This record gives sequence, C-alpha cells and structure tokens, in this order.
Amino acid sequence: MAKTLNNLKLKSRQSIIGWAFVIPAALLIFIFYFYPIGRALFLSFQTGIGANMQFAGLANYRRLLSDNLFKTSLTNVLTFLALQVPIMLTLALALAYLLNDKTLKFRGFFRTALFLPCATSLVSYSLIFRSMFALDGFVNALLTNLNLITSPINWLANPWTAKLVIVLALTWRWTGYNMIFYLAALQNIDASIFEAAVIDGAGAAARFFRIVVPMLRPIILLTAIVSTNGTLQLFDETFNITNGGPANATISISQYIYRLSFQYSPRFSYAAAISFVVFILVAFLAMIQMRVGDQR
Amino acid sequence: MTKSKIANVLKYVFLFVAAMISIFPLVWMFISATNTSGDVLGGRLLPGTNLLVNFRALTARADIGQALWNSLRNALVATVASLVVCSIAGYGFEVYHDRGKDFLMRVLLLSMMIPFAAIMIPLFMMVGQLNLLSTTTAFVLPTVSTAFLIFLFRQSARYFPRDIIESSRLDGLSELGIFLRMYIPVMRSTYATAGIITFMAAWNNYLWPLIIMQSEESRTMPLLLSNLVAGYVTDYGLLMLAISISVLPTIVIFLLLQRSFAEGIVLSVK
Repeated sequence: MAKTLNNLKLKSRQSIIGWAFVIPAALLIFIFYFYPIGRALFLSFQTGIGANMQFAGLANYRRLLSDNLFKTSLTNVLTFLALQVPIMLTLALALAYLLNDKTLKFRGFFRTALFLPCATSLVSYSLIFRSMFALDGFVNALLTNLNLITSPINWLANPWTAKLVIVLALTWRWTGYNMIFYLAALQNIDASIFEAAVIDGAGAAARFFRIVVPMLRPIILLTAIVSTNGTLQLFDETFNITNGGPANATISISQYIYRLSFQYSPRFSYAAAISFVVFILVAFLAMIQMRVGDQR
Repeated sequence: MTKSKIANVLKYVFLFVAAMISIFPLVWMFISATNTSGDVLGGRLLPGTNLLVNFRALTARADIGQALWNSLRNALVATVASLVVCSIAGYGFEVYHDRGKDFLMRVLLLSMMIPFAAIMIPLFMMVGQLNLLSTTTAFVLPTVSTAFLIFLFRQSARYFPRDIIESSRLDGLSELGIFLRMYIPVMRSTYATAGIITFMAAWNNYLWPLIIMQSEESRTMPLLLSNLVAGYVTDYGLLMLAISISVLPTIVIFLLLQRSFAEGIVLSVK
C-alpha cells in the first residue's frame, strides 16, 4: 500500500518535471505564433494608423476584392506555380530515378552536384541569377557569341521573360531539394520489384511510369504541396531578381504585403487582411498535407 | 550501336548536363569574384587578377566584417537556443507523455500551418513595443521554439531505450540529469541534423532581418548583399566576391555534412 502510494507520488512528480520540460517551448510558440496570428486577424478588421485604429468590419476584405495589385500578385504567384512546379517535380523525379541505379558511374558526384544549389541562400542565388540575366550580362554575352541572338534580350524588363527568369531560378534552386525526397522514397522500394519487371520485359520507361510513379504517388503529392506552399510565400527571389517588376509583372503576395507595410506609408490593417488570406490558403494546404502524411 | 546502348549514353549526357547546370552558377560566381565588372559582363570564364581590387572596393563600400559577425552571432545564438529549448521539450513530450501533454503537442503542431508572411506585421509590432529593433534578441525570439524541432526530438526520444532511463533513476540520477547525461550524448546525430537546419535557416534568413534590422551596424550578410545592387551602377566583380564570401561557409558545411543535411530536409516535412 505504502509502496503504491510512493509510486503514485513518484509518477506525479515526474509528470510535473515533464511539464517543466515542455512549458518553455510551448509558451514561446503561443507567444510567437498563435498570438500574432490572432492579432493579425484582429488587425484585419480595423482601419487607421498608429493609435487611431477603429473597427471597420469587413472593409479591408471588401477592398481586397477590387484591388488590382492584389489580383496581379495572386496571378503572378499562380503563374509561377503552374509553370514551375510541374517542370521541377518531373525533373527531380527523373533525376532521382536515374540516380537510384547502384551501378551508375559517378553516382556520388552527380548526387552532390545536383544537391549543391540547396546550400546557397535565397538572396545569394537570386543575385547571381539577376547578374547573369542582366541586359549586359553573361547570358546575353553567351547567346550573342553563339550567334543565337543578334541583339541582347532585356530579360528582366519584359513581363514574360522576367517571369521566365524567376521560374528558371526557382527550378535551379529547388530541383535537387525535391530529388532528395524521391531518392529517399525510392530506396524504400524493394529492388526485387524492379528485377521482376526486367524479367517480364518491361523497359526503363515502362518501369518508370508503371512502378516508380504509382509507388511514389504520396511523396509526389507531398512535394507538390510543399512547393505550392513555398511559392505562395515567395519573397526573396522576386524581391532580389526583379524587385517585383517590370510594372509589377513578378510581384509576389508576400512582397505586396511587405510593400504595404514597410515601404510606403504603413497600412498594417489592410496588409493584415491580405496576410490572413495567405494563412487560409497555406493552412488549407497543410491540412491536406497532414492527411497525406497520415496515409503513409 | 544497339538501342539500349544509345539509351545508356543519353542517360549520362542528361545527368552530366543537369549536374553542370547545377554547378555552373556557383563556379561562375567564384570565377567572377576574381574579375573586373567589365570582364564579368563580357562573359569571361577564366579566373582573373582582380580579386584584391574587388576585396578593397568591397571593404570600402560596406562593413562586411560587421555583417559577417552579425550573421554568425545571430545564427549561433538562434541555433543554440533552439536546440536547448526544443530538445528538452521534445524529450519531455515523449518520456513523460500523458493525455494533457499529448494534447498540447497536437496544438503546437498547428503552428506549422502559419506562414511567416501572415504574422510578420504583428511580430514587428511586438518587437517594436519591446524596444528590441535591431537586436539579436529580436532576430532569435520568433524562431527559438518551433513545432518542427520539438517534433523531431520527440520522434528521436521514441527510440531512446527506456531501460537506460529506469536504470539511471535507480542509480540516483535526477530527471534533468538523465536528459543531460544520457539522452544528449546518445542523440548526437539528431542534434547535428537539427543544428544544421537551424543554422542554415538563420544564416540565410532575409525577410525578418529586413524588417527589424534598421540600424546600419545590425545588418546581416543577406541584407548587405541585396544593398550592393541598390545603386544605379552595380560592380559585378565586387558583388560576386561578396556573395562568394556569404555562400562559402554554407557550401563547406554542406560538403562536410551532406548526409545530415539531406536527412534534415527529408525529416523537415514529414
């Protein structure tokens, strides 16, 4: 009897120690994630500047519907998404499939080389791409020397070529990143499945489309969601490669929020309404992501 | 040549071209750091002799030592603080788990749905009200505790043998003592992975310092870099040198610890 009582005391003592271990981290998350998102929501229902804030109901959200720059930024981001994510994921999948072959020569070199862009910061690679695609930059010099173009292309000053440069840059930076997921997943596929397919006479293309793609479907969906999420929050690249230009042809949602809040006279409450829309989009994607994660 | 041989050659050509495209911008950056701005634009692909000139021009234009130190200090403080706070929490959530703590963990995981863009304005207001603008504290605070790292350490605590905990208790070790002397040494590789992810994220962080680092002396490397292209004329040799300096540490970390790096990436979205 005394022993079980002792045990009980010990258990509750341990439980309290456990709480002491987890509470600092939990508090910080409440203060720096949950409180700010609540405050953003609160802010989005107000108007005014500084101490002169007043309740405005849904005015900010109504304004959103007729805000052309918001629509432009949303369209830009969706354009990047539609162009870039399929290209990047297909490339990543093909590369991972080739690299998964244990008899491949220079496998380590290819892997390291393809993964290397992940080691560069977003600002750094953005500035490298900006420099390479400058009007008098390396890409134009190269194309001119190869006689592919007669006069330099003003990549960053034309709406569509500027978008193209952003897409190229994003693909360069993130293909290897996605490849790593596929490689990890491919290593879990039993090699005997491939061997059996080879014996059955399935060619490389058939093995790729009939075995690899179906078996990796959950992880492909996962990477698609992660990429979509990242593109919705795009900032460093468009800010540093094109600064949103020309004429807002590449401005992202995050950059619009930044511009509203920090570049001109601050309009925090309207920016908060936009950021809350981003939150809803991202949270929706995260929910799908969790569903997918549970199924695996 | 048979069909399969052609396919084999094509495979290597594809991989080789892809690998070259991956490496080229970085090689170009390092080469360009040694050339004059004119040569960089002209498309010169050979190392030049302008490295020292670029370096002098860079140090005359911006306080790169200060920016490097700011980046390093911010990233180190962020990493150490994060590892301490999140690892003990992850351990606590697993080893002492009960209904209350499990529920709290699920609530904390919801924070992963919150994009930074959605909370940056309130965070900026909070930091301003606390008079913390332009400080390391402000840089670090919002990212000290992340649900992802807590989750990572909780998962690794799951594989930490319970026998060790029980026998340490019998040996009279305190609960904190078990965590410090038993769990931490065993989980070195988890700490390495978590440390790399956190350090890289902090070193490369741009939007948050862009908002809060308002004084000249508090600027970090990414801010310094993007300022170098702000003028009318960009000196590309100088710019590439500055980028090289900022990228070199992360490339070295990457090459040395590629496995932990890859592990961290895969774990970070599971």
